[in-house]
Amino acid sequence: MDIMLLLTSTVTLTGGIPLTLLLTFASLLAGFVLAVPLAFMRASPRKWLSLPVLAYTYVFRGTPLLVQLFIIYYGLGQVGAIRSSVLWVLLRDPFWCCLLAFSLNGAAYTTEIFRGGIQAVATGMIEAAQAVGMSPLQIKRRIIFPIAFRSVLPSYANEVISLVKATSLASTVTLLEITGLSRKLVSETFAPYEIFIAAGVLYLGLTFLLTGFFNVLEARLNAAPQARTHPRRVILRQVPHEQ
Amino acid sequence: MRAAKALSYPAFGVGEPAAEPGIRAERIEKRLGGNDVLRGVELIVRPGEILSILGSSGSGKSTLLRCLNLLTIPDRGDIWVHGEKLAIRAASQHGGPAGILDHRQVRRVRASMGMVFQNFNLWPHKTALENVTEGPVLVKGIRRGAAAELGRHYLAKVGLSDKADAYPRHLSGGQQQRVAIARALAMEPQVLLFDEPTSALDPELVGEVLRVMAALAGEGRTMVIVTHELAFAREVSTRAAFMHGGLIEEESPPQEFFSSPVSGRLRGFLASHR
Ligand SMILES: Nc1ncnc2c1ncn2[C@@H]1O[C@H](COP(=O)(O)OP(=O)(O)OP(=O)(O)O)[C@@H](O)[C@H]1O
Ligand SMILES: [Mg+2]
Repeated sequence: MDIMLLLTSTVTLTGGIPLTLLLTFASLLAGFVLAVPLAFMRASPRKWLSLPVLAYTYVFRGTPLLVQLFIIYYGLGQVGAIRSSVLWVLLRDPFWCCLLAFSLNGAAYTTEIFRGGIQAVATGMIEAAQAVGMSPLQIKRRIIFPIAFRSVLPSYANEVISLVKATSLASTVTLLEITGLSRKLVSETFAPYEIFIAAGVLYLGLTFLLTGFFNVLEARLNAAPQARTHPRRVILRQVPHEQ
Repeated sequence: MRAAKALSYPAFGVGEPAAEPGIRAERIEKRLGGNDVLRGVELIVRPGEILSILGSSGSGKSTLLRCLNLLTIPDRGDIWVHGEKLAIRAASQHGGPAGILDHRQVRRVRASMGMVFQNFNLWPHKTALENVTEGPVLVKGIRRGAAAELGRHYLAKVGLSDKADAYPRHLSGGQQQRVAIARALAMEPQVLLFDEPTSALDPELVGEVLRVMAALAGEGRTMVIVTHELAFAREVSTRAAFMHGGLIEEESPPQEFFSSPVSGRLRGFLASHR
């Protein structure tokens, strides 16, 4: 192994970090915003609210992310209605296709994670809020979601970390994030070993930082809450929605 | 906060001198899990009254109490709170559930009735003070600063000035229940409902909660207390009621209730709880 090459390619590949982070955080944000209301719908006892969301999460969790990305990137362009609509401005751009795929996919997983947390909130917490006269929306915002979020934080952290790694799929639709840049570099230098190791090192660094962030966040939130005595640590875990 | 603007406080009765104060419940029926838990209960709570509800386990005490602020919606029957009739839809003959018709009214009525639960039900992600101020801020629209002042006042009242910033999990059961009482008081309710407030406590912690409740009783507050603490009920109540099989079987002032009970079942109940 050529250590010099490993080092120089690590430096070169850092140029892909901004795009990797942009894809991660933008789809994280969109996924979160989508997932919160969807999780409440999914947790609802009313079938007409929960079943459509179940169908959505079932489809997006039951198919590979890469396939979803290809359908959006290659498939949507075939649909005349989309080609002729204003949406096409965005959807012919691989970046927006990735963002759409990652957001929808992430939202599906996040919805199910949050739903679990929401359903686990003790009814007593909710009744206490009802008893002081809070409205259903206030109860969701101030009582149910904060309690649920804290209880699912470790799972959510894993979801975020798996999303970072999933952004490498963007390389298959020509984006030059860390993995895309690596492939480009490999095709120029024919040194896949060093270059992909360099890419792996960068992902590991990002994962390390995020894990640290979530551990701090959890410790912060737990200094307060939860009847939980042993703070669970965020651990790296193989998550099934990566191919 | 937005909702609070629409509500006017103090909640009701004000400006309606003709309205009957207190709570009146008529012919309350409730079926739960195939049991007729309440079978036509009649209950009146007058202002300043301290009503203890006693009875063996499963007699429907909690269900009745929860019907008063509609945490449980009665299948049939009417409830008036300060002369205002609660708008509820009765359960249908074919098993359709009972429902709330006027959610605003119910929130307003709930805000005027503090409730203290057997298991405290403090919100774990909020400090003692935040637990107390949440209702005033969200429901009454009181500004945070003023609410904090209010919260500290009521925490002091239950003897927990020094625990304002503690989270529930760092408090003992007795302290948690006192925070829960402060939370109810901070809404400055017209009626306080207690559902076995000391049943989940270790015996050595029961006293501190009962002392707080006795002090409240001494202020002339209107209170409905479901309890198994007979000595306490005898001491602080102005009236005691005995429930059996989903009905109030006997009710009277505490002297008569405890010294010369009429029903054989109440006599048996009192004897077995001595
Ligand atoms: N949600 C429910 N579903 C089914 N059955 C219920 C429900 N809530 C209460 N019950 C039943 O209704 C009956 C009365 O319950 P309730 O809690 O009102 O009794 P209680 O007098 O408060 O008893 P305790 O002293 O044990 O608290 C019990 O037999 C109980 O099993
Ligand atoms: Mg009970």
